[in-house]
Amino acid sequence: MPERELKKKPAPSRTETEVAEEAPATSERGEKIKAELDDLMDEIDEVLEDNAEEFVRNYVQKGGQ
Amino acid sequence: MAIPKVCGIETEYGIHVPGGDNNPITASSVLVNAYATDVDRRTGWDFEDETPANDARGFSREGSLAPIVETHLANTVLTNGARYYVDHAHPEYSTPECADPLTLVLYDKAGEEVLRRSMRAAAAIFPDAPPVVVYKNNSDGKGNSYGCHENYLMDRTVPFAKVAAAVVPHFVTRLIYTGAGKVGTETPALDRSTVHFQLSQRAEFFEEVIGLETTLKRPIVNTRDEPHADPRRFRRLHVIVGDANLSEVATLLKVGTTALILAMVEDDALPVRDLTPADPVRAMHAVSADLDLTHPILMADGSTATALTIQWELFTAARKYADHEGLAVLGDEQVGETVLARWESVLHALETDPSSLSRQLDWVAKRSLVEAYRERRGCAWDDGRLAALDLQYHDLRPERSLYARLGMERLVDDQSVARAVTQPPAETRAWFRGQCLARWPDAVVTANWDSLVFDLGTDPLRRVPMMDPLRGTAAHTAALLDASATPAELLERLSA
Repeated sequence: MPERELKKKPAPSRTETEVAEEAPATSERGEKIKAELDDLMDEIDEVLEDNAEEFVRNYVQKGGQ
Repeated sequence: MAIPKVCGIETEYGIHVPGGDNNPITASSVLVNAYATDVDRRTGWDFEDETPANDARGFSREGSLAPIVETHLANTVLTNGARYYVDHAHPEYSTPECADPLTLVLYDKAGEEVLRRSMRAAAAIFPDAPPVVVYKNNSDGKGNSYGCHENYLMDRTVPFAKVAAAVVPHFVTRLIYTGAGKVGTETPALDRSTVHFQLSQRAEFFEEVIGLETTLKRPIVNTRDEPHADPRRFRRLHVIVGDANLSEVATLLKVGTTALILAMVEDDALPVRDLTPADPVRAMHAVSADLDLTHPILMADGSTATALTIQWELFTAARKYADHEGLAVLGDEQVGETVLARWESVLHALETDPSSLSRQLDWVAKRSLVEAYRERRGCAWDDGRLAALDLQYHDLRPERSLYARLGMERLVDDQSVARAVTQPPAETRAWFRGQCLARWPDAVVTANWDSLVFDLGTDPLRRVPMMDPLRGTAAHTAALLDASATPAELLERLSA
């Protein structure tokens, strides 16, 4: 059954020492995320719908629940 | 004792046919029928026991005995135990009943995969037609909203008024991590000239604290009383206030924290201090617009508190509850611990550096995307490209989805999701439903949450009731099913 193969990761707990140890890793991760966003911005126009204004205007939904 | 928090999620997807006539009902039907024809076996849904007009406060709305359903519309039950159909001009996927929040994350993601396969199936059947595109979001940016509803199994003996009072503080404040983010505003609830981005897609559409409606004057607490189970023992809390999440962490927290709060209501373990805002509706709008997470909510007792403070108090009570009672009520102790640890770490990150959650939470991810684009292009907040970015975050097509490009943290892997598209969860009655459909698709003529109807070709139709969501599991019925070569044998054994 699929649920046995789920990844069940423990999350960090909220203690001062762990937060202090995490700090350099966090800013490193922040830099990496920013670099990846920059890369995405370089190619974003290829991914975005051709005519953004028209796409947004035509996206009209009937209300649901 | 609190009863196990069996849970499920129903998602109405946005649907768009660029360059087509854009009749959403037709397009939705095309998707569901294409999937049913091409991928899954179609079995009809049985409406006999549906009573969405019953009110948990103890009355039925006059003249609304029968549900408002468009029975000619596509409507199928899948072998994973889910329901996939057309509702209110949207394709809707309702997960099977899940015993724990992490399994529900898996089946919610399986729903996205069902919609993706539907898009491909429709394109294969109608190669010359404009493509049908699906979005997992909750609004069109023009004042039209569609829902993502959660469902939780509750003990019928706990008075509904008590449940309603307890969930309001949580629903008003949980959106600091469950919000899917939105560029701009679209209702009179928030000031368009000052609110450029908000945490939630749905929050600004809520106008009442409590009520039966789901499409107009939406209430924070929905009173629909339709248990889909033995009504003497169970209640199903129908939660309409949430956003549809792509983030797996957000879905885990949305369901896990809410299930915990509900278990605590049943066990009288909530904080002694009343955490109810003076005006819950206005407070929820304000929280959605409060990107700094510092807005002081005026409380009913005259004090003030931020959404974060209220969430910390609920978390602390939940931690204490878990230490005393354990977390079996969430279906799995380990999953329960994951929920609690994640709740704590996310609140801590929101307090210190929300941007550090840009790979965990939808609203943070979307905000970082929109801010990066603004910085790069120098565009104003009313630039259509920002609204397009917002919509495309939710686009389910792999080549167009911006969510898919952001490398968000995963809690379930693709192989498990692919299996969950066809196989039911083992720990609820969804297992029996899905297994019967997979084994004997021709014999099961209709299905419902709490029953299956078999046509054996000889006798009258035979209905098999499934009034307890925790019966009909693999543990209960695997041997029975394996020993039955035909549905007739199964029914014989069931009635023996």
